[in-house]
Amino acid sequence: MTATETRVVGKRLPKLDAPDKVSGRIQYADDLDIPGMLTGAILRSPHAHARIVSIDVSKAEALPGVKAVIHAGNVQQRPFGYGHDNLPLKDRKVRCVGDEVAAVAAIDEATAKRALGLIDVVYEVLPAVVDPLEALEDGAPLIHDERLDIDGNVSMRWDFETGDVDKAAEEAAVIVEGTYSSPLAAPGAIETHVVIASFDRSGHLTVWSPVHMVFMYRKELADTLGLDWGNITIKQPPVGGSFGGKIDIDTHDFICVLLAEAAQRPVKLAMSREEEFIGTRTRQPIHFKLRTGADADGNILFRDTHVISDNGAYNAWGSHAMLVAMNTVTSLYRVPNSRMRCAVVYTNKSYGGSVRGFGNPQSTFAVEQQLEEIADALGRDPMELRIQNANQAGDVTPQGLKITTCGLTQCLESVKEASGWNERRGKMKDRYRGLGAAAFIHVGGGARIYGSDGCGAMIKMDDSGQISLISGSSELGQGSETALAMIVAEEVGVPMSKVRVIHSDTDVKPWDVGVHASRTTFVAGNAARLAAGRARDKLLAAAAEVLGKDDLVIEDGVISSRSEPERAMPYDKAIRRLLLREEGNVIMSTAFYDPPTENQDKGYIGNISATYGFGAHVAEVEVDPGTGQVKLLNLWTAHDVGRAINPSAVEGQIEGGAVMGIGLALTEELPVRVEVGELMAPNLHDYGLPTMVDAPRIHVDLIETNDPLGPFGAKGIGEGGLIPVPAAVANAVADAVGIRPRQFPLRPWKVLDWIQTGETSNVVKGAGRG
Amino acid sequence: MRIELMVNGDPVSRLVEGSESLLDLLRNDLGLVGTKWGCLTGDCGACTVLVNSEPVVSCLKACAQLDGSTVTTIEGLTPTHGLSDLQQAFVDHFATQCGFCTPGMIMAAEALVNSGVPADEAAIREGLSGNLCRCTGYNKIVDAVMSVIEQRNA
Ligand code: FES
Ligand code: FES
Repeated sequence: MTATETRVVGKRLPKLDAPDKVSGRIQYADDLDIPGMLTGAILRSPHAHARIVSIDVSKAEALPGVKAVIHAGNVQQRPFGYGHDNLPLKDRKVRCVGDEVAAVAAIDEATAKRALGLIDVVYEVLPAVVDPLEALEDGAPLIHDERLDIDGNVSMRWDFETGDVDKAAEEAAVIVEGTYSSPLAAPGAIETHVVIASFDRSGHLTVWSPVHMVFMYRKELADTLGLDWGNITIKQPPVGGSFGGKIDIDTHDFICVLLAEAAQRPVKLAMSREEEFIGTRTRQPIHFKLRTGADADGNILFRDTHVISDNGAYNAWGSHAMLVAMNTVTSLYRVPNSRMRCAVVYTNKSYGGSVRGFGNPQSTFAVEQQLEEIADALGRDPMELRIQNANQAGDVTPQGLKITTCGLTQCLESVKEASGWNERRGKMKDRYRGLGAAAFIHVGGGARIYGSDGCGAMIKMDDSGQISLISGSSELGQGSETALAMIVAEEVGVPMSKVRVIHSDTDVKPWDVGVHASRTTFVAGNAARLAAGRARDKLLAAAAEVLGKDDLVIEDGVISSRSEPERAMPYDKAIRRLLLREEGNVIMSTAFYDPPTENQDKGYIGNISATYGFGAHVAEVEVDPGTGQVKLLNLWTAHDVGRAINPSAVEGQIEGGAVMGIGLALTEELPVRVEVGELMAPNLHDYGLPTMVDAPRIHVDLIETNDPLGPFGAKGIGEGGLIPVPAAVANAVADAVGIRPRQFPLRPWKVLDWIQTGETSNVVKGAGRG
Repeated sequence: MRIELMVNGDPVSRLVEGSESLLDLLRNDLGLVGTKWGCLTGDCGACTVLVNSEPVVSCLKACAQLDGSTVTTIEGLTPTHGLSDLQQAFVDHFATQCGFCTPGMIMAAEALVNSGVPADEAAIREGLSGNLCRCTGYNKIVDAVMSVIEQRNA
């Protein structure tokens, strides 16, 4: 498919907000100050599982400078979260270390902290369970014991099946079976969560929060605290990184509002780094037991999975990560038969949210390692096996995913070529070096998980010629604001400098699901393009009256007739012409774009995204056989991006995602002390975010397939960069030293242990056929 | 104790307590909120400023040690009009995404470039390894810094 010719789209343009960011002028939530604002602080549970016997706040209330002390006994709150299993301030029980028990608002931080120390909470400590397998055992402590509708510690189950897996297993020439685990990890944004809440004297609530599913945030705030959601404004300060961590409402958001209500003063609540690790959402550990089978020709016949997702104490977004993990099991490559049985299990620890990749890095880690093992068993080159099984445009996968455009084969060819795969894989073992590959599939055209997957957009043109796009979406730093401005400039036919984007105030902007699932460029971009086209048509109609022609076009801000190009006028004159006269009018337009997708049925079948993103990575590692240290030497990536609206921004997403993936693959984890359920080292020093020296230069190849539904051909690309990295690194380690990593991160001591114990093949049928 | 120092070219005289950090002074007292914080334990580099031209994580720097010092923050580095060459290079190379690490990164990079580091990728990476960025994957930051070293050497 050929790309539409464009003047703005496709250019490497700087981000609109970059000058203010490099000069430190952008004001994030913690940079905001409101007269009379108080400082909030939260008292958190030191126990993973305990009954709250009593709370005495009288000493804290008596401390001069304290303006409000709240706990479950003196606020109005309702349960929230999927299955309503959580409360902002816990009432009878705490279920993980960090659970919110009470909170204070005071004139300054020192007073607030001193007040927390004066609150007396008596706990009756209960046995805790932090391992999901133990949580499933008979007699395990019940985490939500008061809820008779919950099946033991199983929060939910996800079961999927297509085709006949058992028959396929009989027919398979090769079967690989293994168990793969991933750690508790963190989104790791450099800005911690900060929220400010303020009620005015008429009772209207304004909240400043760097959240990015803002309309749902407002609804959940109102539902949980019994407020009128029509009487709440959410303002979104610039976000200092989220990666899913700031996607929606968190307990501290409710608490901040409760404090502001109790004190009747503005309150700011800023998470310390330690609280960020302990008290905000994580990437939950997932345990995959996977079997893959193929026939003697290397055609994948089936995948069969048992998954245990370690949910933590409550249901946040993480409970739904199976949705995405499942797409990979059923639909990465052509897989005629697949089965997935998942249990999402409560444990007494920090609970999982929606972190970039959302279940997919974990799933891909299992699926893509088995692909290479099958190839090895058959004596086939894994890259060739991937190409043989690759999804193709026009496929509908057994789960119902409609593959409209698909650059997977091109991506595989690209990284194969760039990495010198044919010459180098399997041939560097003498130097303990290896190459490993992994591909991915991920939603790239929205993800329908609610009744609507839509986004609103409005265009306003004013007398100066300024064009404002008011978008429902949010900028997280990824550059969506710039991409949306480019789409509008392109569609109207004006220079970029004429377009401004407004997207951070619910009083102004139209509804949107929010930023998640790599959907903003696709969904908000289509909405912006539709609204811009409608505004342009109004503009041309106004110009037609003056120019007396109806074959008008607009380019670089000049409206002219196609047949008589000398009949022309600047576009801003047309705006004024319509405005400044009797019975004049403003040029405004609206659009709402909801992608043509469907909700999944009860069997999890349905086309949830209007298009899918694909990509492939090759990692090159060197392993120190004496220490187990894995050094990543190179990472080649190729991504089917549909069309790059702004190639620099797209590369930025892939490079940034890839380095997050490197962290997941090699270093990032939050170890939990088993008996007591607390994090051993909730700090940035130990957590293992990759630094500049840990990450090599990321090689990026953008493959353009021009998706017919994408705005100017674009697909969503926000998450793909990280998804295949742990799998590619594990495969490279396998190539280098012949072991099979069963979990990430690949910390040196684990790798050393695998080398020493000889964790090798998972092939259970047909080994060594090649 | 009383300290006298110059911050971005302006004299500052303050009575400080033992525990007060330079970051507190800058953000909470002087309102210079361009300097960010991500950890307060010296691990992220977001709070980097220049003290007597050396890069310092301001969250760990006690004010009591600063008598007679010269401090430059991102606000002081920014020219009255436009941007410095390094800031412009960050804009042109797409080296900022969320921007939260950016002021600290630019201060550290300014010191690194001024130290006469060679136009060498490994040296740049090593020199800036105390500054975490979760967004960019670092390629584009390295490219921005590299371009400035080359420009200034030319
Ligand atoms: S805030 Fe100072 S190093 Fe992180
Ligand atoms: S740009 Fe977001 S942390 Fe660096």
